[in-house]
Parts: sequence; structure tokens; C-alpha cells
Amino acid sequence: MSIPQLLVHDHEDNVGVVVVENLKAGTEMICVVTHDNSDFRLVANADIPIGHKVALKPLKAGDTVTKYGEDIGRMVGDAGIGDHVHTHNCKTKRW
Amino acid sequence: MALDFSNATVKAWRRENGRVGVRNHVLILPVDDISNAACEAVSNNVKGTMALPHAYGRLQFGEDLELHFRTIIGTGANPNVAAVVVIGIEPEWTKVIVDGIAKTGKPVTGFSIEQKGDFETIRAASWKAKEYVHWASELQKEDCPISDLWISTKCGESDTTTGLSSCPTVGNMYDKLLPQGIYGCFGETSEITGAEHICEKRAATPEAAAKFKAIWQAYTDDVIFAHQTDDLSDSQPTKGNILGGLTTIEEKALGNLEKIGRTSTYIDAMGPAEAPSKGPGLYFMDSSSAAAECVTLMAAGGYVIHTFPTGQGNVVGNPIVPVIKISGNPRTLRTMSEHIDVDVTGVLTREKTIDQAGDSLIEMIIRTANGRLTCAEALGHREFSMTKLYRSA
Repeated sequence: MSIPQLLVHDHEDNVGVVVVENLKAGTEMICVVTHDNSDFRLVANADIPIGHKVALKPLKAGDTVTKYGEDIGRMVGDAGIGDHVHTHNCKTKRW
Repeated sequence: MALDFSNATVKAWRRENGRVGVRNHVLILPVDDISNAACEAVSNNVKGTMALPHAYGRLQFGEDLELHFRTIIGTGANPNVAAVVVIGIEPEWTKVIVDGIAKTGKPVTGFSIEQKGDFETIRAASWKAKEYVHWASELQKEDCPISDLWISTKCGESDTTTGLSSCPTVGNMYDKLLPQGIYGCFGETSEITGAEHICEKRAATPEAAAKFKAIWQAYTDDVIFAHQTDDLSDSQPTKGNILGGLTTIEEKALGNLEKIGRTSTYIDAMGPAEAPSKGPGLYFMDSSSAAAECVTLMAAGGYVIHTFPTGQGNVVGNPIVPVIKISGNPRTLRTMSEHIDVDVTGVLTREKTIDQAGDSLIEMIIRTANGRLTCAEALGHREFSMTKLYRSA
């Protein structure tokens, strides 16, 4: 298999991480779930920098964001499948 | 097939108290900030010594003073240090430091400046430093089992790649070497926030879990929320973390905790700069997440090698402890490879497993213990940063 562009920790996660540089909008990404090495395909809707997150499911403001199979915060804006998820639409529940 | 490290040995120095050191420093150690100049002068006079200037040591009191003493004494007592010249402004606190280091059995002598001045102090201390350098430079290394190593960890300039690659690499190393009988240490109290429920469950005993939870809660209440003036989202995660794709403290904490592996459990939770007291195993140390402060505290606790995962590229080092940097971020390896000792980018491309990455880290630990200078050592990174709990009197 080719080198993946997106890694996902756990099957419960609703976001994955871009692990290549210069990812362009419209790229059909090879995505791997590290937990069991299963793979799937997903189209990136934006130029997303390495290390940044992509929504795997449609997310609405108020939804819990799940990564490592755990709660990492809440959406404060909406994101469709393949959209960038970061500080502009996601926030901690702690402070 | 994972490599077998059960019979691995390293060439290192066995100290008077039985501990094993992987470096052989002769330190010129100031008790207080105003003794820095004399220490640096002695270090300039006598090659093969190292002065450790720092910012504090006067008018401290209570728990803050205890932490100061513990950090200075622990630094001198670390097995990576062969002998110590201590210089303070007055004789009494100087003697506290000398007596604390002397418990290890290593050579240590104190000098105080009042009623003598810098010139006379530097003259006398230089003679002693020269004697120590001649003695230390003839000490021979011997074969020591890998189980004699005390290995700490703390990550820095983390991003989402650290949680995927470099942090689980350290965790894999601990899962393999803790059963061999090493001492391990992780910390970064505020950075466990969001994963504290998981960390609590990774304690070996209910007592260790309760101690961790009390330390975490106290840091949250007395440090974080007591001094919060605005949204902490710009400090934890840091601006660098956010550039690297980390969005929330919970996400950062979950990646951070990957450093303790899958099977390892911690047997005790300690205060900052405390030495572990319950035998071989993994320990949690109450500590800031600021890199230099945290590594300084763990070095003072007696750890002799530090493993440091980084995503965006933290450049920290320590004067007495080799800091091994591990990164899986291909951009960081492309732009600042002079700082990275172990390249685990293959984990992200799925060309390398975490198990293989863990083996490559253990191999680098052995090479470092045998004498290979780390990137931080080669580049002169000697950050010695005291943790201060509150303002001096």
C-alpha cells in the first residue's frame, strides 16, 4: 500500500491527522486506522497542513470531538466530512 | 521480532553509592545567584569542569527553599557527576548543600565568599577543582547491566505526530526496559489534564493513584486556576503546539500519556526533584511542563538519561544528563535534523512499527550510555532551570 496521508488512532474517532506535507484540497487521501491497520479513502476539502485534523463524520457545534477513542473537546462551529478541524471550530471543555 | 535486551550492558561509571552514571562531570555548583561569577571563573581556570549558573538561592523560605536545596543537592548527587565544588555567599547554606551531596560518598568541598571576596574564593576553589579533575579523569568505566540505568521522559513542542509516533516509541521502550529493572519517570502535571482519569488508572496501587490525583488536583487548583487571568488556550496548548495541529489540552494530554506505554504502571507519585524511594519501576514526578524546568527536576531526582519526544522541534538539553530527542514529524526532520537523535518518521509512513521504533530508541540509549554525545550535548544545550514556587522574602 502507498504511504497514507491521514492516520486515525481508533475506530471511535471522528477526526484523523494529516501526516504528509503539502496536502491539497481535493486529494483523495489513503487513511489508516493505526489500531488495526485497516484503511479507507476520504477526500480533503481544503489545503490542510501536516499535523492538523480532518473531520471523518459531519460535526455540528456542540458535538464532542473524539480522538484516541477519548473526548478531546467540543465543536464550536460546524465541519463537514473532509473539513479542517482546529481552533477555529473546536475548543477544550477544560478552560 | 523484537530484539532481546535482557542481557544488554553499557560501559559506565559505578559511583561510591552503587549508582551508575553515564557521564563524568566535575561540577562547580553555585548555592545562589550571586556566586555564579566565582563559579564561572573557577570553571574558566580549570578545564574539564562545568559551572552551573542559575537565578535563585537568596531569601527563599519554606517549601520553595526546600525545593531549591533539593534541586541543587540532587544535581550534585546525580551519578553523572564525579565530584563537586560548591560555592555560596555564606558558609551555612553552603554546608547544607555540601552535606547533602556528601551522603553519596563522592568528593565534594564547599567554599563561601563572605569575608574573603571572589579572588581568594576562586583561588582556593580552583586548586580543589583541579585536584578533582585529575582524579575524575582517571576513573574507569565498567560493564553495567542496562537495568542500572535510570531513564526519565518528558516531551516538548508536541504536535499530533508525537502522540502517533515519538511518544509511543518512548512508551514501548518503557514496556520493554521496566521489566528489566530500570527506574523510569514521567511528569508534566498540568499537561495530564484531559487524561487524568486514564493516568489515575495506570497506577500500580490505590495509594499511588491517590497520590497522583492529589498532586494533579493541587496543581490545577493552586497553580492553574489560582493564577488564571484569561483563556489558557494560548498557553496550554502552546502556540507551537497549535501550529502543529494540537487544538485542546485534552488532545495534548492523551498524546503525552502515550509515553508510559501499554503495560507499564507507576508505583509512586513524587514531589518535584524528589528521588524515587520504592525500588525499580516507573514514577510520576510533580513538575511543570516547561522543558528545561522539567528535565532539571528529573535530573535532580537522580535520572541519568532523558528521552525527549518532540514534534515541532524542541531544542532543549541539560548540563549533566544527555537528552535524547525523538521525532516522527517529517517536516521537523527536514528543517532541523541537527537536533534529532532518533528518527521515527517511518511510523507515520507505516514503514516502521512502534515495536521497531522502540528498539531503535533502546539502541540509542545504549549508545548514549556508552558515550555517544546527544545532539543537545554536541550543540551545547545546557539549560539548567530551577523551579520556583513563589516570590522570595
